[in-house]
Amino acid sequence: MSNEAQYTIKEEPFYQAQGDEIELYEAAYAARLPVMVKGPTGCGKSRFIEYMAWKLGKPLITVACNEDMTASDLVGRYLLDANGTRWLDGPLTVAARIGAICYLDEIVEARQDTTVVIHPLTDHRRTLPLDKKGELLDAHEDFQLVISYNPGYQSLMKDLKQSTKQRFTGFEFDYPSEAVETAIVEKETGIDHELASKLVKIGAAARNLKGHGLDEGISTRLLTYAATLIKGGIEPKAACRMALVRPITDDADIRVTLDHAIETIFA
Amino acid sequence: MSEVIEIAERSAEYLAYWETLNCRFPEADAVFDECIREAKALLSPEGVDTYIENARFIGKMGRGVEPLLIYLEEAPTVASIVGEPILDDIKDFCLFLSTNTNFKAMIPFLQSLAAVTRSLHSYEQLHHYIDILKNMLDKTTASVHGHHKTFPSPGLPLLLEQAPRLLRALSLEGFKNWVDYGVKYYNNHPERQKDYFCLQSPDAVAVMQRERHGTLMIDHERQLDLYLRGLWQDHDYLVPYSSAFDELRKPMPYYDKLGIRLPDVYDDKDGVSGIDRYRATLAHMAAHRRWSNQMIVDNWSPFQRVAVETFEDSRVEYLAIKEFPGLRKLFLSLHPIPNEDDLEIEGESMVRLRLALLSRAILDPDFEVKHDDIRESVKRFFIEMEKDGVSSSDNMASLALSFTARTRRQTDLSPKIYFENTEVDYRDDNRHLWIYIEQGDDEETQFEHLEEQRQDDEVNALPPRHYHEWDYNSQHYRPDWVSVYEAIHPAGNVNVIDNILDKHSALAKRLKAILDALKPQQKVRIRYQEEGSELDLDVAIRSLIDLKSGSQPDMRINMSHKNDGRDIAVMLVLDLSQSLNEKAKGSSQTILELSQEAVTLLAWTIEQLGDKFAIGGFNSNTRHDVRYSHIKGFSEHFDNEVKSRLAAMEAKYSTRMGAAMRHAAHYLEAQKADKKLMLVLTDGEPADIDVEDDQLLIHDTHQAVKELAAQGIYSYCINLDPKADEYVQDIFGKQYTVIDNVDKLPEKLPKIFMALTK
Repeated sequence: MSNEAQYTIKEEPFYQAQGDEIELYEAAYAARLPVMVKGPTGCGKSRFIEYMAWKLGKPLITVACNEDMTASDLVGRYLLDANGTRWLDGPLTVAARIGAICYLDEIVEARQDTTVVIHPLTDHRRTLPLDKKGELLDAHEDFQLVISYNPGYQSLMKDLKQSTKQRFTGFEFDYPSEAVETAIVEKETGIDHELASKLVKIGAAARNLKGHGLDEGISTRLLTYAATLIKGGIEPKAACRMALVRPITDDADIRVTLDHAIETIFA
Repeated sequence: MSEVIEIAERSAEYLAYWETLNCRFPEADAVFDECIREAKALLSPEGVDTYIENARFIGKMGRGVEPLLIYLEEAPTVASIVGEPILDDIKDFCLFLSTNTNFKAMIPFLQSLAAVTRSLHSYEQLHHYIDILKNMLDKTTASVHGHHKTFPSPGLPLLLEQAPRLLRALSLEGFKNWVDYGVKYYNNHPERQKDYFCLQSPDAVAVMQRERHGTLMIDHERQLDLYLRGLWQDHDYLVPYSSAFDELRKPMPYYDKLGIRLPDVYDDKDGVSGIDRYRATLAHMAAHRRWSNQMIVDNWSPFQRVAVETFEDSRVEYLAIKEFPGLRKLFLSLHPIPNEDDLEIEGESMVRLRLALLSRAILDPDFEVKHDDIRESVKRFFIEMEKDGVSSSDNMASLALSFTARTRRQTDLSPKIYFENTEVDYRDDNRHLWIYIEQGDDEETQFEHLEEQRQDDEVNALPPRHYHEWDYNSQHYRPDWVSVYEAIHPAGNVNVIDNILDKHSALAKRLKAILDALKPQQKVRIRYQEEGSELDLDVAIRSLIDLKSGSQPDMRINMSHKNDGRDIAVMLVLDLSQSLNEKAKGSSQTILELSQEAVTLLAWTIEQLGDKFAIGGFNSNTRHDVRYSHIKGFSEHFDNEVKSRLAAMEAKYSTRMGAAMRHAAHYLEAQKADKKLMLVLTDGEPADIDVEDDQLLIHDTHQAVKELAAQGIYSYCINLDPKADEYVQDIFGKQYTVIDNVDKLPEKLPKIFMALTK
């Protein structure tokens, strides 16, 4: 049980609903349907799942996927022990045992053969075969699988198989509207409304440049970073350059343009 | 007799000067008093003495009265700007000119001197300018048999005529580069030299453009485009127009259906950098594009139109500043500050001044206007704007019409118009605002809203792409020197290629064996990993035994897998010049036929490997006509279409390799691959019929290899010229193979490729 406790979200995370996604998610959870959330980086996907786990009162196990991740990183592996080998459950197995929400973040980063192991868990079987251990694990009734991915930097190599895609219900996230985003920045960091709306305006300028040298616009997350710096007493223009411009681009032209945008917006 | 009378009228002081001048030209006499008066006002007494002394000298040179007259007129101004020591420099240079064949250049030199001085400002610079002239003259004065300097420099007088204009646009450094360029490339062609130095030839203009000071639009096009997209969610073509050659009518920025026109260069002005001036101009136009509507203007007088324009400009700027407050600072520093007191000046039309006052007052809250009507209009403007925040072009028009009615004066119709500090140069000419219903006699009237009956020319061929060429003599690029025309290679008979493949089927079999060994093993096992996907049982058991027997176990008991694929893009560039038609030594086939076979086999090999692969051929007929033929693209397979193009390979003209490589590189660069390889198959050194210096294209190609390396492209040359050792290393460094026995090419080429990519 201590295991389960460490995965529980204790405090309410701040989440600003953009539409009816909360009700939709609750309905999906009620039927234990697997969920996929799509959207650009830093637009609140992970925060949403965290919030829903808190709201539903379920533990949340998050796995950040990467290219080197293999099936055994998800399912589990044998380790050496004084008495021979010992089986250690991977995060997916743990979630299926204790009935947690398992959140596979940026799933396309994992190789396609890895992601196939989730298939039996995501259809009517709801089982996880641990072939190395010779166990067929029936998922806990509270278990739910959630994946996220970012179609923005999808390349030819990084896409989900159709057979994987068609096992999920989907939410499409995008950067919130100007008003909502301003409210988020305000609430999250406690800066005043005018400053927040200026930050959001810079964000909008950068998002217009997506595809013209920027792979992704300035995320809501970066906007809150900038706001946090300003709150901490940093001069706004410097904070914006540090938090909004330098991280997202090495392209001199774009940097100059965004710096100029900051100059004109913070007159 | 008249001389005597005039001298009698002179004061003793002037008379003394006149006597020092010791000159008998009546023309000089006529202007002398005026000149002395000016000189005395501008120069110190010692300066005046030198001035007269030098004038005497110039008068006695025996080159007529004209140099003396110009000197008398211009020298005081020049000396007053850069200091009196320059007077001696002028005299020395005149002496220098008069003692050699270039004496005719003396007049334009003296004539242009004052204008040149105004651009150069300092004695050192002017001195340097004279040095540049001397240098140029030295190099362009033709000597026959190396004994006598007999022919004057053809370019010098023309250069001197252009000097004021050049120096307005160029720094002295740029001027020197421009002159050097002309001297270097046109020294052997007197007529072309003249074209260059009077700014007639396209080269002269291009080089001048390159050397200009200020912020060039082409260098910042992308930044400006990003600015427009990012801040204004707008996008259009940005088209530069030249601001250097229209002296009388300064063109203004504008936009129409074909794009946004901006000046090609902006100098820094009033502490605003060139790029910011561009941004201000773009911001103004973008604001028009967002908020302005077109208006029917047939019934408005020119004055009314100007007023409507000003109000509308102010409105869009007001809205733009509301969106981006930082623009106010920018606009304020570019907007002129008109002088209200000048409203009192009699006999001039003050329409522009009144409007400039109004515009400034709207833009600048701290600017105070005493004129009641203007103040009232500013107030009405703000009331209008604050009503619903946006207002409209029509509301502005009615404000403007009433403003014109109220402020009308008798003097407005005066031909003399007051312009000072009324020109807002970042604003466009607002041609987009107007709609004319009836045809006027106004030349600029546009009927864009009516149906256009323009026919576009059918474009059959791709437009040429221009590439720079490296000149090793001067260590810089010649701008847009080479034109490359690309076309799809004509098709021939496919059977030729299939026959080749049949003929070499034995070789193909051997190649296939090598290929199989080369095929990437997709998965590679990595053992001895502390963390990995699976337990490596052998190692695990060994470790366990170690552990049980009490010794330190190896903890790296896992293994994992990794992908090891090939990710290569290859571009094969074929030299298709005339020399390929020769028979290969000791063979019955021409080099072209052998190349064809080799390329066929290579293409077959690479197709088997599955690497990305393209083929292009090139030849050239002077720098204006480099032909690049597309034989196989990256997305095409080695199918019948490609084979038929390969079958039709033909050899003619020369080998301008650098341009072809740069052109091929732009395709290769667009490919996504870990390794990019450009194979150049050639039978000789780069050469072309319009290049006399055989080292030039060798150096240019070497430069192209360096450029490619910087783009991450590995170039490799396969050379069929037995004498290639003399130059190929200069071009490709160590990245080359020389094939002496051309007969073996079909066999060797695929092997070289495989060895390169193993």
